[in-house]
Amino acid sequence: MNTRAKKLPPVSEISVVVLALVVAGGVYLAAHLPKHTSLAFTTFTVVAAAVLVLVNLVLLTRLTGFAWKTFFQVAKWTLFAYAIFAAALEYIFVKDGVRGSVLVLMSATIVIFAVNLPIHFGFTVARYADN
Amino acid sequence: MAHDVVTEQPKDFKIIPTSAIPLVAVVYIGLIIAVATNRLWALDFFHVVGGGLWTGIDLFLGFVIGPIIGKMSIPARMEFSKKFMPKMVLLMPTLVIATLAGGWQLARHEGFILSSDKHHGWVVASMIVVGVMAVVALGFLEPANLGVLFELKKERPNGEVIGKLMKRFLYTAGLTGAMQVATLIIMTRIATL
Repeated sequence: MNTRAKKLPPVSEISVVVLALVVAGGVYLAAHLPKHTSLAFTTFTVVAAAVLVLVNLVLLTRLTGFAWKTFFQVAKWTLFAYAIFAAALEYIFVKDGVRGSVLVLMSATIVIFAVNLPIHFGFTVARYADN
Repeated sequence: MAHDVVTEQPKDFKIIPTSAIPLVAVVYIGLIIAVATNRLWALDFFHVVGGGLWTGIDLFLGFVIGPIIGKMSIPARMEFSKKFMPKMVLLMPTLVIATLAGGWQLARHEGFILSSDKHHGWVVASMIVVGVMAVVALGFLEPANLGVLFELKKERPNGEVIGKLMKRFLYTAGLTGAMQVATLIIMTRIATL
């Protein structure tokens, strides 16, 4: 069965929105460092992005006849690569003395970023793969 | 063409050029040492060299290579893609992380990220430009790049899928190229304030 002929859920579109949310939240927070600023906006972007990642995971679990082998092949290596990026970013923030709620939000942003990309890359490639 | 299948394309290429991974590892180790030691020259080196290459490659790809590829036949594009795109899979993320990590630490080192600093507005502007470029590159450009490579690995690659994904790749490369002009303006302003 060829998955490209099927109507697929908007996993890629949701992933791009997640990416935009984490980037917006991260830039907002970084632009105000090291000042104490309201964390409301970044909290909103992190929570919204986390909810959308969960929505994507639910949408993926409902897929049938999907090229899962290709999906996991791409997602696995993407996760490996971006986990290294995430670790490097986390190291920089900790080394720079970011602590408390700001560090929690930054860490959550980094984790969502590193989890979202494998889903996005894996889905985008697998949707064109032959099952 | 409803199902433009292109046959007889050799698939003997690697999606990830594994022989280049040690080189990438050296860059990462050097970057971590630069951040850990917080030495101005090392941070400046990673930011300037990484940023210069990133900007130059984006502009060259968006405005020189992109239009040339756009005018090639599908088999010619496939042949070019097989040799060119695997290199981009490793090269661009490495340049981006070196530029951003080096730049962030440099801005901290020099105090540019303090809201009281005269450079702060331009630094925030650069963060916004980089943020938009990140969404475009990771949301559209990189998945299209991978999609093309996986399609080319098939026994019978589909020219229609490759054409669609290549178009997406070239448009987004042009967009990030255009945004790099904004980066050049911002960075030269920061350097001369």
